[in-house]
Amino acid sequence: MKVPFSWLKEYVDIDVTAQELEEKLFSCGFEVEELIPVGKDISGVVVGHVVECEKIPDTHLSLCKVDAGTGELLQICCGADNVQAGGKYPCALVGATVLATGKDHKTVEGVLTIKKGKLRGYESCGMLCSGVELGLNDDLYPGADYFGLLVLPEDALVGADVKPLLGMDDYIFDISVTANRADCQSVLGIAREVAAVLNKPLKMPATDYTTSDYTYPGLNITVEALDLCPRYLGHGVRNITPGQSPQWMRRYLALCGLRSISNVVDITNFVMLEIGQPMHAFDMSTLESTQIIVRRARNDESIVTLDGKEFQLSDSNLVICDGAKPVALAGIMGGLNSEITENTTQLLFESAKFMRDNIRKTSRSLGQSTDASSHYEKGISEYTCELGMARALHLIQELGCGEVTASAFDVSAGAPREGKRFTATISGINRILGIEVPAEAILDILRRLQFEVKQDGDVLDVTAPRYREDIEIGEPDLAEEVIREYGYEHIVPTFLQASSVTNGGLNAAQQRRAKLKRTLCGQGYYEISTLAFYADADLDALHLAEDAPERRVIRLLNPITSNLTIMRPLLAPSMLNTVVENLKKGNNAGRIFELSNVYAPKELPVTQLPDEIPHLGFAAFGDDEDFFTVKGTMEALAEAFGVRFDYERAEDVPYLHPGISAYILCDGKRVGVFGKLANQVTGELKLPKDSKANHKIFLGEIDYNALCALLPESMRYQPISEFATVTRDLALVVEEGMTCGTLVETIRSACKQVGDVELFDVYRSEQIGEGKKSMAFKIFFVPEDKALTPKDIDRFMNKILGNLKHKLNIDMR
Amino acid sequence: MEAKINALKEQMEISLGAVQSQEELAEFWQAYLGKKGSIAGLMKELGKVSAEERPAMGKFINQFKAYAEQRYQEVRAEMDRKELEARNKNEQVDITMPAVKRPMGSLHPITIVKDQMVDVFAGMGFEIYEGPEIEDDDHNFTRLNVAKNHPARDMQDTFYVAEDIVLRTHTSPGQIRVMDAEKPPIKVLVPGRVFRSDSDATHSPMFHQMEGLVVDKKITLCDLQGMLDEFVKKIFGSEVKTRLRPSYFPFTEPSVEVDVSCFECGGKGCSLCKGTGWIEVLGGGIVHHKVLENCGIDPNEYSGLAFGIGIERIAMLKYGINNIGLLYENDLRFLKQFKD
Repeated sequence: MKVPFSWLKEYVDIDVTAQELEEKLFSCGFEVEELIPVGKDISGVVVGHVVECEKIPDTHLSLCKVDAGTGELLQICCGADNVQAGGKYPCALVGATVLATGKDHKTVEGVLTIKKGKLRGYESCGMLCSGVELGLNDDLYPGADYFGLLVLPEDALVGADVKPLLGMDDYIFDISVTANRADCQSVLGIAREVAAVLNKPLKMPATDYTTSDYTYPGLNITVEALDLCPRYLGHGVRNITPGQSPQWMRRYLALCGLRSISNVVDITNFVMLEIGQPMHAFDMSTLESTQIIVRRARNDESIVTLDGKEFQLSDSNLVICDGAKPVALAGIMGGLNSEITENTTQLLFESAKFMRDNIRKTSRSLGQSTDASSHYEKGISEYTCELGMARALHLIQELGCGEVTASAFDVSAGAPREGKRFTATISGINRILGIEVPAEAILDILRRLQFEVKQDGDVLDVTAPRYREDIEIGEPDLAEEVIREYGYEHIVPTFLQASSVTNGGLNAAQQRRAKLKRTLCGQGYYEISTLAFYADADLDALHLAEDAPERRVIRLLNPITSNLTIMRPLLAPSMLNTVVENLKKGNNAGRIFELSNVYAPKELPVTQLPDEIPHLGFAAFGDDEDFFTVKGTMEALAEAFGVRFDYERAEDVPYLHPGISAYILCDGKRVGVFGKLANQVTGELKLPKDSKANHKIFLGEIDYNALCALLPESMRYQPISEFATVTRDLALVVEEGMTCGTLVETIRSACKQVGDVELFDVYRSEQIGEGKKSMAFKIFFVPEDKALTPKDIDRFMNKILGNLKHKLNIDMR
Repeated sequence: MEAKINALKEQMEISLGAVQSQEELAEFWQAYLGKKGSIAGLMKELGKVSAEERPAMGKFINQFKAYAEQRYQEVRAEMDRKELEARNKNEQVDITMPAVKRPMGSLHPITIVKDQMVDVFAGMGFEIYEGPEIEDDDHNFTRLNVAKNHPARDMQDTFYVAEDIVLRTHTSPGQIRVMDAEKPPIKVLVPGRVFRSDSDATHSPMFHQMEGLVVDKKITLCDLQGMLDEFVKKIFGSEVKTRLRPSYFPFTEPSVEVDVSCFECGGKGCSLCKGTGWIEVLGGGIVHHKVLENCGIDPNEYSGLAFGIGIERIAMLKYGINNIGLLYENDLRFLKQFKD
């Protein structure tokens, strides 16, 4: 929201500087994002009086002697055709900055610092300037568009800074207005806040006007869609005399970035900036059967707007129609067919309230956004409609550009025309704030903000200003109004003085998650954080079948990019992408993990909240990694959580190597899988061919909830034997295909005294024979109620050997 | 006899001086101090000495024995010392050679900062609640006083997965879920991931927030500032102060923006605080009456305060990270810098 400082001064006697006002606005909730000095690139330009001026022969240049109040006459070469002795022009002294223009002398190409120079051998100590070089145009200062020097008034004081003279000693406040304060989306709205914060009276813009006796015959306005248009004001004006707007109006429009067009069009724009009411004017002569009908569009209708674009409409769009066809897209843009032109002599002003939700939807769906639609989207009060119309009609008369007729229409859905009235208490306001703001201060602040307040002891009977549609719940609203004017520095920090003592901290499940993460960190893993969405292509990269269950995914209806379209059903793609990105950056080894949700729809399309399932994803890559280093991580996890993992060959996971991957079993149930990245997936990675590390990538994923369900709830101490554990080694020669797991299980099941069984050596040699291997185990025997004797151990060993022979047909070496 | 002992003593010194190794030292001991050694031999000869001289001579021999043992121990100690020295020297390593590292990972900076924040509030009696990341419109907007046509919906670019189901745009729906489930007094933190359709140097389509909610009798704006004062001191340092200024959120009234005094320059003004001396860190306010009512809590009996903190914002400030994207690139060279 851009507001010129000089324009604010029309409504409030501001006796502080722009910088001080910026502070004041900040303190009451209006952050000035930028305080922009007008002509911020211009400096060191003064009024210069050309005392002598001679043409330099055979050039377009003139050699001037200029009095710029510096105590000496400056010699300046000037190429403008309108320079003459006796004239006063802006003179940029050596060291001044002005805008640099291109060859056409119009296009601004940056900022120029004036230096002493020579032109055609003549020394030039400064520059006489055009309007463009000072950043001006005809709207900002008359004559500034002239292709030559900007002519200054004869009485201009020689040597004085030109900025005040040219209206350039001004500031633009670029103010961030919060979404609840639609009433401040105008110069007047900000002026109201300025008046309140400076405790100055507000001078309202003039809105008086007189009407003629004339009424347009047959003119009628009906609103069929009162739900989308709760208020519609229309007023006929005739005998329009097209022309230029006065300089003051053109200047304000220009400071806000609008170009002057013609008096009537300028009035509509001015009222929008000043009052915040988007106005529209229809050329009355174009309206079929002098009718205005506000209704939903029909599905077969279309409209061409002022900018020449055609839109197909539907019944969700609100249109303004004449007796036959749409003539405006309500609240967004007028129709080309009813446009005001220089030939317009009769017009109908519209000042309406359209529902912001509908305007927003139409604007979005048609891709058509305007200053008017953005005002409507923020919200317009009916007070603003009334004020805007009155102001526009006043300006028609003030500018003398038309006759305000007696044809006035006011269609309303019947909303009350008073501000919201409610009661509140001083004590209630202070209870919210936690401090004691004196009653007088509260009353003063509310009155400054144009609330009507009647006090009866502690009780306040409050009527909010009509434009304050944000006020809705009484005391909390008033508390906010009071404290933002009274000052937040009055709040005295208290540390939950009156609240109950509560017992905080992490619950058991949260502590377990923290422990899991720390365990993995202890194993050399770095926690990563990846986006919760990716694309189908990421699942394709894992060679997941089209009909794999993970392909049933939740899709974003409005993704921002094509590579972020689905809520992830697996962490593996995120892990793999992170590994690949690291390899690309030369990080050739690493271990990573993430404990994060995957998403599974209950049904498709989604009609209820989906399941969010926490998964533990992990990856390890680099020369030092192999299946067993990662298996070691799993063992560490199992140990940390007091469970045992078993492993089952995983041959059907499309992205893992069928021979180097395993399902993780806890208590006999599958909780996850890990293994080496499948060769075909590795081969397709976008990595340099010579990158060795890409051959050693291990991925894993655990269903965290499934694992947690199997973890022991609590533990009780197991009595430990008072007798020593005894170990015995056993070496077996077995077929190459025999697995370690089978042998361990067979040894363990032979005898209940067997505790741990550890493989400590695998050995292959010619002596043992082709296709065979020797495996050596350390067996731990745990005594129960008496010490184990060598005889006991022999007996146990015999049982074990018997079991091996019987079940696996293995003889001891 | 005495002369013999003196001669033996001289000879002993010579033998001891010649000892080069532990073996020779053991031989020396055998030769002089052993059961069949020279000194034991002297004792046997004592019988031949006259009765008058015997006590004096016995004493003399004993003194000699003690002396010999002492000398033996001295030499042995010296030898042990030299051997240890030699061994130590032999075993010495080049301590400037590279270390053998036992790999140690670390938590993501967001987790580190989140844990620190949770820790501060846990100490104040806050429990931790984590709600769903995919939310219905009702929890994410409507019951937080963000009605269908509310301008606040324009402030947030929301990802939709169905007409009324969204990726939560903030952790505030956690407030509703907690108040539905629990009666006051409530003190709860809701950390979590949130999603908005936005992506540039300071915005990521996914980021982390932490919501705080206190509902009790007589909660005031002063309590909000007092509590946040404690929080920022713990996170940014004991010198740091807070400043409240007016703002707008649909679910709080009054609403405030909370700034902290710049911990880089101490409030004098620097590039971090853009010369203002203050840094915006979070938003909050007094829970809107309608939000309490929407959860069946009587606003005449109870009041609440709520605040929302961007965890990335805090992490970026704390660690001087200037691009939010770094937090999601997961480059190990970046991650390895963070130790908790």
